[in-house]
Amino acid sequence: MKPAIKPKDIIYNDFVIRFANVNGSGSASANGMFAHAIFRMGVPVTGRNIFPSNIQGLPTWFEVRVNERGHLGRRDGADIVVAMNAETYVQDVDALLPGGYLVFDSSKPMARTLRARRSDIHHIGIPIANLLVHEFADAKQRALFKNIVYLGALAELLEIDMDVLKHMVDDQYRGKDALIAPNYHALDIGSGYARDYLGEHLRFRVRPSDQVGNRIIVDGNTSAALGALYGGASVCAWYPITPSTSMAEAFEKYAAQHRKDPDSGQIKAAVVQAEDELSAIGMVIGAGWNGARAFTCTSGPGVSLMNEFLGLAYFAEIPAVLFDIQRAGPSTGMPTRTQQSDILLSVYASHGDTKQIVLLPSSPKECFDFAADAFDLADRLQTPVLVLSDLDLGMNDHLSEPFEWDAERRYDRGKVLSADDLDRMDQFSRYLDVDGDGIGYRTLPGAHPDKGAFFTRGTSRDEHAAYTEAPEAYIRNMERLLVKWDTAKTLVPKAEIDQRGTDANANANDMGVIYYGSTEAAMGEALELLSERGIQLDAMRIRAVPFGDEVVRFIAAHETLFVVEQNRDGQMRQLLIAELGEHGVASQSLHSILYYGGLAISAGEIYEQILSWIEEQMRERMRPRVLKFS
Amino acid sequence: MTFVAKPTARHPSLKINEIGLTRRDYEGSVSTLCAGCGHDSVSAAIVSACAELGLPPHKFLKISGIGCSSKTPNYFLGHSHGFNSVHGRMPSVATGASLANKELYCLGISGDGDSASIGFGQFAHIVRRRINMLYIVDNNGTYGLTKGQFSATNDLGSTSKRGVPNLYEPIDLVSMAMQIGATFVARSFSGDKRQLVGLIKAGLMHRGFSFIDVISPCVAFNNHNGSTKSFAHMRNMQREVVSADYVAPQVEMQIDYAAGETEDVTMPDGAHLRLRKLHSDYDPHDRLHAINYLGERGREGEVVTGLLYVKSDTENTHDILNLVDTPLNSLDEEDLCPGLDALESINQSFR
Repeated sequence: MKPAIKPKDIIYNDFVIRFANVNGSGSASANGMFAHAIFRMGVPVTGRNIFPSNIQGLPTWFEVRVNERGHLGRRDGADIVVAMNAETYVQDVDALLPGGYLVFDSSKPMARTLRARRSDIHHIGIPIANLLVHEFADAKQRALFKNIVYLGALAELLEIDMDVLKHMVDDQYRGKDALIAPNYHALDIGSGYARDYLGEHLRFRVRPSDQVGNRIIVDGNTSAALGALYGGASVCAWYPITPSTSMAEAFEKYAAQHRKDPDSGQIKAAVVQAEDELSAIGMVIGAGWNGARAFTCTSGPGVSLMNEFLGLAYFAEIPAVLFDIQRAGPSTGMPTRTQQSDILLSVYASHGDTKQIVLLPSSPKECFDFAADAFDLADRLQTPVLVLSDLDLGMNDHLSEPFEWDAERRYDRGKVLSADDLDRMDQFSRYLDVDGDGIGYRTLPGAHPDKGAFFTRGTSRDEHAAYTEAPEAYIRNMERLLVKWDTAKTLVPKAEIDQRGTDANANANDMGVIYYGSTEAAMGEALELLSERGIQLDAMRIRAVPFGDEVVRFIAAHETLFVVEQNRDGQMRQLLIAELGEHGVASQSLHSILYYGGLAISAGEIYEQILSWIEEQMRERMRPRVLKFS
Repeated sequence: MTFVAKPTARHPSLKINEIGLTRRDYEGSVSTLCAGCGHDSVSAAIVSACAELGLPPHKFLKISGIGCSSKTPNYFLGHSHGFNSVHGRMPSVATGASLANKELYCLGISGDGDSASIGFGQFAHIVRRRINMLYIVDNNGTYGLTKGQFSATNDLGSTSKRGVPNLYEPIDLVSMAMQIGATFVARSFSGDKRQLVGLIKAGLMHRGFSFIDVISPCVAFNNHNGSTKSFAHMRNMQREVVSADYVAPQVEMQIDYAAGETEDVTMPDGAHLRLRKLHSDYDPHDRLHAINYLGERGREGEVVTGLLYVKSDTENTHDILNLVDTPLNSLDEEDLCPGLDALESINQSFR
């Protein structure tokens, strides 16, 4: 008989559970329901899908982190493992932290034989297959309901509200009512078995909380699609590629609902699945040139293919919006794993001298906001805007502030001349910097019978859009594009700066951390862990390229800065040095903290690396010096 | 060729069309192509066709890729916007531009290198997507700007200027277009102005995807004996099967044709395409017949020209995507932004 768990040992709303399943076995919906039920109990939660590039048969994991304090980055080590895949059984058992719980199907002989592998964990066998044999005649149902049975058992063991779970079943099968009763039944089989045969609940438990507030739980791709919808996108051209596909599909779905003309049933948005990424970006540029708000969504391989067109759009000054949901590269790399490795590719996309605007959202709310903003920026600056999300942010559900929209907001269409404007003008000069911000005025095809037409080309032209190969005209144009780049610095989202390390007496802190994008999920926790060790770091989250003055000031104010990134080469660090070198940003003060294994970066990883760097420095300082005389 | 600007004065004998404009209002900048280039004749034919149709000269989208052909949109319809884009990618840019504003006439100009090699994929896919546009290939069988390499439409055995034979099978864009579902497919010759102007008019007014492959000899690199894309070869080997012209609603035009059988194809706007069949054994409504016929005559060394295939009542991309009638580029916040109530219910769906 196991000793009873003492009340003080019970851990509420703080654990990691890993579901190990076989791809295509219907586990995704059950595991999603598990996370969502906890969310509905008011407890901060996030679920990460770790999946193979495969449709059916390969191993897949779903890792749920529950954390009352809202630390929802990936955490290493699992407290509970639901091991439903014999193929990965050994590694799944090994992933458990000491004292953790292994939930397995005890009808399977292999699970029993592997019991001896760990003695420092709790084994919770549920004869899932056997329980189902007696209850469901159909083999397919038996396979699907396996997931629901363990869901029911977990609800009992973790004290998840069964009513909440059953409501989720209602929501999920609305319109397919025949499926509700058997799902209820499977849940009850699981919870009944746990109640009758497993005795005590686990040390980890869920209890209702108020920490969710009015937040929502949603993935970044859906959020970005909605941002594009609210931001006025009317053309979406795309080519299927993981992990971006769900963004185009979400846009198409929401456009069909919210852009339908009530009278005619016609749609106010064109969604075109192109033959490849070259074509997708070509369509976006054609539509942007002709005044429609257009976007594409892709991943690194797509951005590589789009490079020539991105250079054209930069030089010909055409608005375009591109969402790059980054994945591990190079080449097809690890198509279903996350990374932040397209930073340099995106900022300098194309041959020749190019600098592209890049936005770096860190949450679903920002995916929504930046998506909408990207269209205003692209129109205002007459240039491509690349929004860089990643697989972790894009495809996993994250807790997020709800989406907001200002009813008074008007789209910024930038400098587009109407027929009336043209009538009032003596001469139209497409590429003349009239306002000193590096941005010329443009016209749309068909606007005026005899004024404002011009010929757009990727080859050199003068201020009046006339072809020329005159060196001075080319240089003037390229210099003007740099003026525009400076204008962009004032328009893109500013970096978010947290001077947490600077004390009340305003003594300057000489250490800080720079990060961006989905790393935010782990960063708050990492800073807390460091703080507990007495290491106070200021923090700056970069939200866009080009870098604004605040980025220069933050870097100048700190002697030591850690640049946290999810790539091998420290791409943001390189970019900061390249772009801000003339402002005194030097390589010596920037230290890379990197993780690029394809999983989301964890707080522990950041903490360990920064701590060991600091400790190394201290050891270095303490070391007695031996002076050598030659 | 010449860099002298065109005079703006109108010659008193220039005809005024139904919207009060002359041919000069449809011209563009002075061409910089070689003197005698077939492409300039194609540009001239576009000018004539648009002037004769009385279309507003600023209501066009002129889109091209890269190459000699793709420079030409600068040489006609100077009141319209043009876009000289990326090599082989005109179809995608045209697709986007056409989606943004369905009310403009979309005219794509490409070459044989642009459409049959680097852009072969885009060519195939714009055909199957059925964009409402006229796609013209100025086909000279050679890469002119890079000094005379063979292109993919060059015939097997046809020789270069230095007498070297081409060793590879040609790609026939006309057969391809019919194969993939184009609803207006024609081939013409830049030296046959009467035929070409009629086809361009018909192609512009066809509601759907129209394709004209124009054999347009390159005077610098591919107009010698031994070339199958020379003026001389075309004059000898051209076999016109069906000529076409556009007959506006309620306008009966006198067509200057010899004997032969005519047939009017009714278009959605009430206008007609008037077809004149010059060979009784040719049926321009039977796709498979047309593809076979081209192959058979080609084996004899003949180049079949004219309106090779037409199907008038078809859907185009706007119909297929069920798009609103208002051009997408003129939709405003009212049309595009779903509003706060919708956002609240969207938020609620994620709770």
